Amino acid sequence: MNSKAVQYSKSIGFPVLSILVALILGAIFITAIGYDAAFAYRSLFNGAFGNIHSFSETLVQTTPLIFTAVSYSIAYKCGLINLGAEGQLHMGAIFGAFVGARFEVLPGGLHILFVLACGFIGGALWGLIAGALKMRFGASELITTIMLNYIAFEFLSFAVTTEPFRDMTPGAAPRMTAVVEAVRLPILLPQTRLHLGLFFALIAVVVYYIFMWKTTKGYEMRVVGLNPNAGRYSGMNIGTNGLLAISLAGGVAGLGGVVNVIGLQPFLTEGFSNNFGFSGIAVALLGGCHPIGILVSGVFFGALNAGGIRMQLMAQVPAAAILIIQGMIIVFAVSRELFIYFGRTGKLLLPKKQAGGESDA
Amino acid sequence: MLEFTVNFLAATMRTATPLLIAALGLVFSERSGIVNIGTEGIMLSGALLGCIGSLMFESSLVGAVFAMAGGALLGLLFAFFTVTLRSSQVVVGFSLNIFAAGLTVTLNRLILNGVRVTSYPSYAIPGLSQIPVAGPALFNWPLLVYFALLAVPLSWFVLYKTNIGLKIRAVGEHPKACDTVGINVFKMRYGAIVFSGIMSGLAGSFISMGQLSMFVENMVAGGGFMALAVVVFGNYSPGTVLVASLLFGASDALKFRLLMTPVGIGFSQFMNMLPYVITIVALCFFAKRSNKPACSAVPYRKD
Repeated sequence: MNSKAVQYSKSIGFPVLSILVALILGAIFITAIGYDAAFAYRSLFNGAFGNIHSFSETLVQTTPLIFTAVSYSIAYKCGLINLGAEGQLHMGAIFGAFVGARFEVLPGGLHILFVLACGFIGGALWGLIAGALKMRFGASELITTIMLNYIAFEFLSFAVTTEPFRDMTPGAAPRMTAVVEAVRLPILLPQTRLHLGLFFALIAVVVYYIFMWKTTKGYEMRVVGLNPNAGRYSGMNIGTNGLLAISLAGGVAGLGGVVNVIGLQPFLTEGFSNNFGFSGIAVALLGGCHPIGILVSGVFFGALNAGGIRMQLMAQVPAAAILIIQGMIIVFAVSRELFIYFGRTGKLLLPKKQAGGESDA
Repeated sequence: MLEFTVNFLAATMRTATPLLIAALGLVFSERSGIVNIGTEGIMLSGALLGCIGSLMFESSLVGAVFAMAGGALLGLLFAFFTVTLRSSQVVVGFSLNIFAAGLTVTLNRLILNGVRVTSYPSYAIPGLSQIPVAGPALFNWPLLVYFALLAVPLSWFVLYKTNIGLKIRAVGEHPKACDTVGINVFKMRYGAIVFSGIMSGLAGSFISMGQLSMFVENMVAGGGFMALAVVVFGNYSPGTVLVASLLFGASDALKFRLLMTPVGIGFSQFMNMLPYVITIVALCFFAKRSNKPACSAVPYRKD
């Protein structure tokens, strides 16, 4: 019981500590390049939580991050590293935007489901490619998923400039045809951009939890991820499980893309993704791939995204500085040894008697 | 036809050079058992720091020093987290990429903003560069190109014919055995990573100051990952890495050539996919290489 409490406090304490250290180092950097760090952080906080509008903007940013974080987690649990959420999100958005602008004969509800399904399939296919190349040829998914990201960006660039995908309205900027009104998701809070997609994201987390921890297939995947040999020995197919995991992972990331299209921005444009794929990986890593962890760190990273825009407006610190903080948070979050290391060397630096008195070993 | 061939070869060399420099560094760190996907970020930082140094001192040489120093520093950070603290190499490398993406955009908006800087000057080889048509295109390069080509036999020699090369290869295969005979595994890996960081920084500076004379945000565009693929494709060995990077460079040159044809203009996005597709194909055909170290990406714990 007691050790469980220690375990819990550790699983919360280390991520919080990582965030604090990263924010402090970020403040030092912002000061060093000549800005007012206190003012920058204040505007960041206001931009994220200041009023109902900024908080809903935080949740708008959180929505796709939860999808991509679940995507990373599914693959991770099965022992695969999916760095391709960004590309899968793009493919999902392209597929979804394409059918969302057509097939108006379908009744509204069915059309939405169809659009979501196509978004899922788009992402799943993109994940499946990387998975199949890994299983068949042993090509490292670390590199293939990244390369597939760049290929997906080019696909989007093609779709927004070429018929029949592009919007043919005279004078329109390069973008895909807008999805029809019937598939657009309702707004949850009037006068904000917060849309129903947030609920879909919550559902995705719940499904992830039930699938991974309460079904046989999910159990198999976790066994394969933890110890492929044990899995193989007990008759589980490593290849099939891996392919299924990375396809599901891709599909969920694709859902994140299509939800952003039908919830937020009916015209799909290049650069519609605010680094959602990569930040989603950060969300998963900070949250330890745990359902609750994903939700909490999803809101946190969503807040950084939303607040970063405000910070750039008010304090003139480029919003890209947020990425610096993000990078540091992840590296600290996975380096628990860091705090132990500095604790240890710190003790070594102290006079011997004092150190001996403090240590309980 | 001759002119076409010459231009194609020149374009190949131009795009292959940064890949080759970065991949030669990576051969050492990969052989010591480290997979550094943060190479992309280090190259990006090198591209930016090179421009900053070149702008501040109006000298491309200072730019190169800046790029190498930045690469060494980022390499040192990576080594501290992955070797000393034994954190996941993939995650640390990934966050290094995010970190570098943020850092370069921030500093670019602050300092450079697309300003032109002194680029690497070209030096003609006396005699050879006098050959008509081919000479000026093929024997007139920035120093870094000659350096990259010279570094191939040099790194081959260090890796296979010296004591230190043997130690680097051994720590990747069996760190425990190395430790018992008194080779400092941590020191070897730190050294290999920092060297690879220096080379990656230098490679990045060639992208911003050799191919162009300015910094563009995210200009490396996957080059770091391609360098990793080049190392796999080149079987973790300098000579074959040279061949591999020339092939990758040729695919990039082919892309630019195709972009000038009527079909290429209509489908420019598909032409742009070419280098990425070729990277994937190369990885598929050459994923299982004989020289891959046994303890690749496995942190060493000294008990």
